[in-house]
Amino acid sequence: MENIIELNKVTKRFGGITALNKASLKVTRGEVVGLIGDNGAGKSTLIKTLVGVYSPDEGEIFIRGDKITNWNALKARESGIETVFQDRALTPQQSIVKNIFMGKELRYPFGFIKEKEQIYEANRLIREIGFTSKLINAESPVGNLSGGERQGVAIARAIYNNAELIVLDEPTNNLSLNETQKVFDFVLNVKKSNRSVLFIGHNIYHVYDISDRFVILDRGEVVHQLNKNDISTPEELMKIMRETIKTH
Amino acid sequence: MSNKNSNFSNYFHRNGRALGSIGYFILLMVIFFIGAPEAWIRPNLHQSVFVMMPTLIFLTIPLVFLVASGEIDLSFASTYAVAAYVFALLVKNGVDPGICFVLGILTGAAIGALVGTLIVVFRLSSLVASLGMLFLLRGVILLLTNSRSITIMEVENHWIYPLLVGNFYGFPMQIFWAALFVIFCYYFFNKHVFGIHIQHVGDNTVSAEQMGINVNAVKIKAFMFVGVGAAIGGIFTTMITYTFFPTQGFGYLLLALAAVFVGGTPYWGGLGTIIGAVFGVGIIAYMEIGIIAIGWSGEWRQFFNGLIILLALLGHRLHGERVR
Repeated sequence: MENIIELNKVTKRFGGITALNKASLKVTRGEVVGLIGDNGAGKSTLIKTLVGVYSPDEGEIFIRGDKITNWNALKARESGIETVFQDRALTPQQSIVKNIFMGKELRYPFGFIKEKEQIYEANRLIREIGFTSKLINAESPVGNLSGGERQGVAIARAIYNNAELIVLDEPTNNLSLNETQKVFDFVLNVKKSNRSVLFIGHNIYHVYDISDRFVILDRGEVVHQLNKNDISTPEELMKIMRETIKTH
Repeated sequence: MSNKNSNFSNYFHRNGRALGSIGYFILLMVIFFIGAPEAWIRPNLHQSVFVMMPTLIFLTIPLVFLVASGEIDLSFASTYAVAAYVFALLVKNGVDPGICFVLGILTGAAIGALVGTLIVVFRLSSLVASLGMLFLLRGVILLLTNSRSITIMEVENHWIYPLLVGNFYGFPMQIFWAALFVIFCYYFFNKHVFGIHIQHVGDNTVSAEQMGINVNAVKIKAFMFVGVGAAIGGIFTTMITYTFFPTQGFGYLLLALAAVFVGGTPYWGGLGTIIGAVFGVGIIAYMEIGIIAIGWSGEWRQFFNGLIILLALLGHRLHGERVR
């Protein structure tokens, strides 16, 4: 399978602190990778490096096999890496379609908006990603949506921005079981469309359910990587995580 | 069926506030009609409303943009006079009134840019900073003019006069310009990148910034638009009366603000309605004139203005609180 992105022995320091220490990670096309680790393990530094907010002090970054120098946020977006941060960057009083096209509206000359095309495209995107309720369409205000559905709007926007890899930062935080399931459905639809997802979570059960592969991070190092086939229960994953962190 | 429901609720979400102010307007007209039917069918009452409305529209509609972007401006009432002053002074000095008109409007835009930049760059409270600007600019005008007015009868013989404020088969031309302005602003707010970005910025500044919208630029442009609207209003009024008064515009400060909120634009940003604001202006203008027409003394005017504002706000509560 083709690698969307590969980080090779990436190190990031802030002053005297090494936030990431020779961390290696790759995401191949169409897979869901679960990134787990305790608070302060370096998850957020790893994500921010991945999406180009930070450029690494050492190590290499490959996009579809090509080495990239001077890694930054613009290059990350051009490479098809989109992040959905915890607050989702939505404007709740506006409609779904306005949110999906926020900052990247389809325009006629002089800045007028191609409203019909946007609505058509937004409806297509939210159906593709798995919105089934007939009560919701592109013109519904985001404020009327549940937490999981709002996550879906943010994911739909990432797809519209030609994302090949969508980084979800704790997407199921504070969500009920039902809402978490909705987010999982969205993620599975993203996977079905042959895009990749990096799923960051606190909750081992959530990460276990949705991911094909797990990357365990501790004190800035990738301490373990395993496939879902290697284990059979979330408890097993938890056990491995405890042991690797302890022996580390 | 459910699809129909969602379309209905989306329609209500988009247009409920505008429909609300149309409702109040109709209600007000009915009350006045019942109160004084004979005054109400006389055309001169409506004529005086139509003379007042265009100025108020030029002031109020740009404020909808600014309030929707999450800011407020009070200084427009002085910008109104500064732009009119620039216009009158240049006309008096023999500059072509067409050029004076353009320069007056540019003055409005420049003051708007100044106020906006001050507020955005130094992160000042727009309410307090623009209040300061309101006094400051008025002070400048009073000092420059020595509190004396400027008469510009010469403007009548220039082609710009009949074009902008002349008489067209009994209707003052400014009504057509105001109508054109409303139509333009409706599309500018709802179908143009500028208006859409204003709504995102007013709704959630952080989100807008994350999605690549230049929040500061959007806000400064909104302030500039308010300045332009104020300048148009001020220059039109000066042309209509052939006179620039150093105190002109002050009376419109609270009326224009009232029209924005009575029109259904909420104070918290992210939402706004152009159509609602037009009817808000209608309500305010008819209140100003209707109370007299109905035969009550002018003392009642303020009382009813206040009552209308409160009732309208209570009514707009039906559209619910801010969604987060």
